[in-house]
Amino acid sequence: MDALTVPTREVDLATTPLRTLNALLQGREVTGETPLGADEGVTVVNPRGAHAVAVGLDAPRQVRVAGHVGYYAAGMNQRADVVIEGNAGVGVAENMMSGSVVVRGNVSQSAGATAHGGLLVVEGDAAARCGISMKGVDIVVGGSIGHMSAFMAQAGRLVVRGDAGEALGDSIYEARIYVRGEVASLGADCVAKEMRPEHLEELAALLKAAGFEDDDPAAYTRYGSARTLYHFHVDNASAY
Amino acid sequence: MCGIVGLHLRDPALHPRLGELLTGMLCEMQDRGADSAGVAVHGDPRWSPAGHVTVSFVPEASATGLGSGTTDAEAVAALTAALGSPVEVVDAGPTLVAHVPAEVGTDALVAAVRATYPDGLVAGFGTDLAVLKGVGHPRDLAAAYGLPAAQGWQGVGHTRMATESAVTPGGCHPYAVGPDQCLVHNGSFANHASVRRELRAAGVEFDSENDTEVGARFVADRLAAGYDVATALKELTTTFDGFYTLLVADRDSFAVVRDAIACKPAVVAEHDDWVAVASEYRALVGLPGIAQARIFEPEPERIYAWTR
Repeated sequence: MDALTVPTREVDLATTPLRTLNALLQGREVTGETPLGADEGVTVVNPRGAHAVAVGLDAPRQVRVAGHVGYYAAGMNQRADVVIEGNAGVGVAENMMSGSVVVRGNVSQSAGATAHGGLLVVEGDAAARCGISMKGVDIVVGGSIGHMSAFMAQAGRLVVRGDAGEALGDSIYEARIYVRGEVASLGADCVAKEMRPEHLEELAALLKAAGFEDDDPAAYTRYGSARTLYHFHVDNASAY
Repeated sequence: MCGIVGLHLRDPALHPRLGELLTGMLCEMQDRGADSAGVAVHGDPRWSPAGHVTVSFVPEASATGLGSGTTDAEAVAALTAALGSPVEVVDAGPTLVAHVPAEVGTDALVAAVRATYPDGLVAGFGTDLAVLKGVGHPRDLAAAYGLPAAQGWQGVGHTRMATESAVTPGGCHPYAVGPDQCLVHNGSFANHASVRRELRAAGVEFDSENDTEVGARFVADRLAAGYDVATALKELTTTFDGFYTLLVADRDSFAVVRDAIACKPAVVAEHDDWVAVASEYRALVGLPGIAQARIFEPEPERIYAWTR
């Protein structure tokens, strides 16, 4: 859907309560407010770092947030496409199921935590624990990520165009990580792996979806699970 | 949780607005804990006039009201008698701020305060620093302190959700245990009892059972030994176990450090005219020129320090 062609409503968080905004976006009735049309987009102005902006959406709707947001922005998103034109605090797009969340700035820790699906794009840097316990989401970070990212990542793909902090992919399951820059250290049971043709292909598709199609996929290294900690073995006790 | 805020003004034209800006930041963080709130201000001409030394104190350390329980006139009379020379006192709600000419000395004024108010709390002391502590909602306390009218070049604040010690002025941050120094903390130190024991064995005295006071005493001890703030904080990271974002200020510097896990939040905004730190970005929204500031999250165990 072209953002220029859909009708768009502006909601000003300086004058509209956050609960009203979220109720409208979630399709609930709000006294005194006209419900959003099926394809009506929403522009949120004056977010001023508020928490829980545009959470719990479950409709194919375009939402643009003009400014910085606080914690858990666009959490639990399903089907909606949310663009945050600023920075986001802790837990942006946590537990996303589908749709997309794009952050033009930087994000704090636990971006995309536990998310099952959809695409999270962070054009700047992500702090610690990016993609912690990710369960199927695709995350593309334009800059670098902090320590303990992809901790216990179960499924999905994490792409990092910059560097990764300490203990990347600790106790990782079947998520795949692609990093172009340096990795400060790998967590327990996370190892570098060969880039086979199918990996170059899926990375190229992810970079294109995130708007970084000019990157050379061959410049990235793939990381994933060595699968030595899947089943308890007494010799590995110190690795847990 | 707790919320911390700090503002270091580079542009002297903003000094008259320090209290107003700090009040906005502190009150925005009230959702992170509102059982007590304190501030430390460097350079307010009313609380710490030039050419004087200042001691901030709570006359009754277990008090929970928005007033000090005594009048400034009573305090002037009692402290002047104890010191044997004139003392001025400014009423700042639950805290009183006493000052005397610099040649009288901080130690003499602290001794007079302790002798006059044996059940009181010395909240802070130095040549430029006022430290205001109390129990209650940050909005009520900021008004009781007279914070919106405060001026100066630097201020830190803390709004508390108590976990490690009682809700009293003694448990209220900032901890200002060395001359012109103060420290605020979001988090909890796990090994504070062990470090307190070591410091006590070395002769350091404590005002409370609070974990943060141990951190402040540790930093003050290292600064007294000649360390700079950055080196003292580096040693703190290797000595203390637990969760912390710390903001430490003295009359010339302003520093932030987070523990290795970095689960306690911090946002820094750096502008040509000021540097600000807060637990959350929304506390910074009202600062002049915030849209032009460079905003970032401090990395774990890295010391960020600014000097004037």
